[in-house]
Amino acid sequence: MNNFGFGGGGGGMGNSRSLNNPMQDRAQSKEEKKAVLLRMGKYLFSHPVMVLLALFLMLSSNLLALAAPKISALAIDLIERGAGNVELQKVFFYVVLLLICYTVSALLSYALAVLMVHLSQKIIYTLRREVFEHLATLPVGYFDTHQTGDIISRISYDIDTLNASLSHDLLQICASTVTVVGALGMMLSISPVLVLVFAVTVPASLLFTRYKSRRVRPLFKNRSMKLGALNGYAEEMLSGQRTVRAYSREDVILSRFDTRNDEAVEAYYRADWYGAMIGPAVNLINNFSIALITVFGGILYMLTDAGAALPAVMTMSLGGVSAFVQYSRRFAGPINEMANIVHELQSGMAAAERVFRLLDEESEPADKQDATVLANVQGKVDFEGVDFGYTPERVILKELSLAVCPGMTVAIVGPTGAGKTTIINLLMRFYDVNRGQIRLDGTELRDATRHSLRAAYTMVLQDTWLFYGTILENITYGREDATREQAIAAAKAAHIHEFIEALPQGYDTVLSDDGVNISKGQKQMITIARAMLSDAPMLILDEATSNVDSRTEQQIQTAMQKLMCGRTSFVIAHRLSTIQNADVILVLKDGRVIESGTHGELLQKGGFYASLYNSQFS
Amino acid sequence: MKMLLRYLRPSFRVMSFGLTVKVLATLLELMLPYILSHILDVVVPRHSVWQILLWGGAMLLAALGAYFGNVIANRNAARVARDTSRRIRHDLFHATMHLSARDTDRFTIPSLESRLTSDTYNVHHFIGMMQRIGVRAPMLLLGGMVITLFLDWRLALIMLAILPLIGISVFVIARRGLPLYAKTQSAVDGMVRVVREDCQGVRVVKALSREAYEAERFDGANRALVGAERRAGVLMAASQPLMSVLLHVGLSLVIGLGAVFVQGGFSAPGRIIAFMQYFTLMSTAMSIVTRIFAQYSKCMASASRIGEVIDTYANTRDTDVRGACDERAPHIVFENVSFSYNGRRDNLKNISFSLPRGGTLGVIGVTGSGKTTLTRLLMRFYDADRGRVLVAGRDVRDYDEKDLRARFGIVMQNDFIYADTVAENIRFGREIPDEQIRRAAHLAQAAEFIEQFPEKYEHPLTSKGTNVSGGQRQRLLIARALAGEPEILILDDASSALDYRTDANLRAAIKTQTHTTTVVVAQRVSSVMHADLILVMEEGAVIAAGTHEELLATCSTYREISESQMGGAFLE
Repeated sequence: MNNFGFGGGGGGMGNSRSLNNPMQDRAQSKEEKKAVLLRMGKYLFSHPVMVLLALFLMLSSNLLALAAPKISALAIDLIERGAGNVELQKVFFYVVLLLICYTVSALLSYALAVLMVHLSQKIIYTLRREVFEHLATLPVGYFDTHQTGDIISRISYDIDTLNASLSHDLLQICASTVTVVGALGMMLSISPVLVLVFAVTVPASLLFTRYKSRRVRPLFKNRSMKLGALNGYAEEMLSGQRTVRAYSREDVILSRFDTRNDEAVEAYYRADWYGAMIGPAVNLINNFSIALITVFGGILYMLTDAGAALPAVMTMSLGGVSAFVQYSRRFAGPINEMANIVHELQSGMAAAERVFRLLDEESEPADKQDATVLANVQGKVDFEGVDFGYTPERVILKELSLAVCPGMTVAIVGPTGAGKTTIINLLMRFYDVNRGQIRLDGTELRDATRHSLRAAYTMVLQDTWLFYGTILENITYGREDATREQAIAAAKAAHIHEFIEALPQGYDTVLSDDGVNISKGQKQMITIARAMLSDAPMLILDEATSNVDSRTEQQIQTAMQKLMCGRTSFVIAHRLSTIQNADVILVLKDGRVIESGTHGELLQKGGFYASLYNSQFS
Repeated sequence: MKMLLRYLRPSFRVMSFGLTVKVLATLLELMLPYILSHILDVVVPRHSVWQILLWGGAMLLAALGAYFGNVIANRNAARVARDTSRRIRHDLFHATMHLSARDTDRFTIPSLESRLTSDTYNVHHFIGMMQRIGVRAPMLLLGGMVITLFLDWRLALIMLAILPLIGISVFVIARRGLPLYAKTQSAVDGMVRVVREDCQGVRVVKALSREAYEAERFDGANRALVGAERRAGVLMAASQPLMSVLLHVGLSLVIGLGAVFVQGGFSAPGRIIAFMQYFTLMSTAMSIVTRIFAQYSKCMASASRIGEVIDTYANTRDTDVRGACDERAPHIVFENVSFSYNGRRDNLKNISFSLPRGGTLGVIGVTGSGKTTLTRLLMRFYDADRGRVLVAGRDVRDYDEKDLRARFGIVMQNDFIYADTVAENIRFGREIPDEQIRRAAHLAQAAEFIEQFPEKYEHPLTSKGTNVSGGQRQRLLIARALAGEPEILILDDASSALDYRTDANLRAAIKTQTHTTTVVVAQRVSSVMHADLILVMEEGAVIAAGTHEELLATCSTYREISESQMGGAFLE
């Protein structure tokens, strides 16, 4: 496939901007952060029933878990009466009640856990689907400039991380909030004055968490990015593993992999290193507040006990201090938890950003509203003053003009790098022209729907592309409705039928990755069969015959002639026979058509083409 | 598990330091409630402000100590996790790069890729987490157990009776979880495969407007993965409530029996109360332990997938280096070589030929006739099933792999260009001076277009070389092969995108300016016609061998090919 592209280099892989200039980014990053969070929330709340149910289950199993100690306290009270005075009947009743309570609570929490699994899998499914479907709308240039491994990293690691944050962290924050509010109410009812201690420590932990998470966020971003880069490198080198082995370059490649590996684990470590202090620090703040409460509570109690003239709100009993401390511990638990979650959330947000950035990657410009749906395409193609370059600084095609009548076979020849594949990229509208117009049956390509435009072509490329699936599926790819018989007829026409039949599973043989189990030529013949099945009115052949073996060359040629017959065909040609049979030969050099005409005409002209032609006899 | 321990071993010292600190910090943390109750129960009734302040200060100190201890221990844990997963990933990549071609085929690239990333990530995550939260909980559990035994051994026995039940259920769940997570990871492979294929084949997908079909295909992989994850998740979801029920049944029994004991005067109410408090502590600890176990299954599934690759490599490294080269012997000899990829159908049948040093071998034939396979055996990507392949008079199986391959320069079909500069793509990590790079580029007819790049040899190429044309790519690859000044040059369909003149210049340059022995696999007669020996292959067998003229005279197949192409291969 790659033969086809010319993407401009230097594709962006994540941006490290916010790592370099934290000051300037602060305001912007705050906005961004909000947007990312909101967007994450959207995925969660698109399942409102499940979310509500989860919250409900969370609260009720928590309540039950809170009720249980009360029941056991009742039982203990009975036991406390001492030997001979225990009402065993009542105790047993409480024990049974306790059993029920715990069982129900466990069932609820099981239900919750299962619900969460389902919810998170739903979200993850949607996210992956959205990302994949968005990928399909991206211009081919994106794939030319972005490493496959990095894309895979986004769709696997980043989505996983994002989802972990969503389904666990966000809900947990909701639940914790409820517990905190509840405990706060209880504490207020005991001693409003002591609550003042929290007026200091709670904001302290909140500010601290905020400050830290701001520091930690770029670290998590970096972690996602480095992992993506590692993935990209691994994918690239795995694809070239055989070449690496042929040159015994394993050690060099390994050491380069190590550099990226080091960067990735180091980035992970940096994030962890910072993160490592958040939990303990919030814990510390809480412990401080408890110590303060104990000390002040103790002093208040002493003053009360000593009969000092205290306002009513400040009086304190010993039991009151004790109860208050109990509640403040309960209060501390969820606050700790929240601090940790906020920290976890950072990794989720960093991952989310990468996922969202991909989702925000500009799609191929949408078809115009009133775009024509091309039907009954005749195959008349006009180029008019077309300029094109993949990057602004390097123009590939210059003022290209040509007119092709329906049914014509156009052979495109010229030295490498002259822009032959570029013409095809433009014909199929993988890229849009910079200047000028291309018209099909008089319709400017940009005024037609992409789908109908591409449906007008069938193509055979030099770099064959087959996917993991049966041979039959690969042949009927492009025409789902084709019957098995039609597929077999196409395979026969492409002279690949006998080969396929000789395979143990015939047409149902599964082609494994990169089609390792069949030769390149055979792969190409399968793609020819695929093209044979198509009823598209136009054909693109890219150096297609160069890898098809020579003995069946003639037969293939005949089949190709059949394929070209009645179709407007653009052929990047190798074979003299193809070129000789072409209705028009375009000789391309440095992005311009320098000569055009039939084989005979061009030879007579004695120009560039003639000299190329004659060179083979020298 | 064994594999994981092996990789943790170098970090044992660092890890035990961290764990010790963690234990100390946890002890300090556990002291806090004791100090607290001491203040409330003992100090406050004494009505001494400075004593309260003193004990309050002690609390603060303990809290500070716990803070520093935890931070140090957590950072230490992160360090251990970093170092361990660096080692694992290094070895895994090392193994991946050294896997035999057969093993690579078996694992498949997408699977190797997800093992390198997703699986190592799982392991990394687990190692860090285990050290962070895996200390406190077992400490609480054990400590609680010991204290309760001292408090009332009879009641503690109830707990002890429950423990095996908990142990068994944890074990059963973890064991059932393992294969589920293994399935999840192989579903990840499936998803990676589709994404990878589509990224590579995006033009075909778009050209045929098969976006919807591809979406469906991805959907299948996505569903499979989500399904596998869900099954594993649902199983793991059971563990925590199950533990909780078991523990609390124990607790309820303790209360009931405790009541009976107290009634009978065997136990005091105070003990029961204390018992209950420890129990609560232990049950919190237990829930953390179950969380670790869920992660444990996931980590183990990943670890065994990683181990599989590393072990496969470890077991294939047993070549005996023996014999010596005879530099006067024919450079390349095939002796009755037969070979099959799948063990059913022979892909090469009884191949024999001999090529002198400096000679050129041409291989031509129908697609799928075994031309590429022949080169693969020559470089020992695969071993012959029968017969011998000799390079410089020595069986390729007797060479050290590196020594053997150092003799070759090769351009394969679909060879790869990676994201780096032109020079680096030619150099390919070897120690080759710039001078030689330029010479190779010149020989490969690539110098001209390279010089046209603004940055010349420093021009950056994209992954897969998407920013150069097919013909340019081929010439860069040929330059790469020539740069190492190989003894033997293999060109497998390496000039198919070159125009006739460039191809001819290339051949002439190799012939006159190098001393290499050359193997040319081609579809074009023009590419092989000047060879000293041409093999015509069909269905894995050599049906004719000789020079161009001999074959024209004797081999009808060759004649047909030649005639069909004569004046043929033309332009680009």
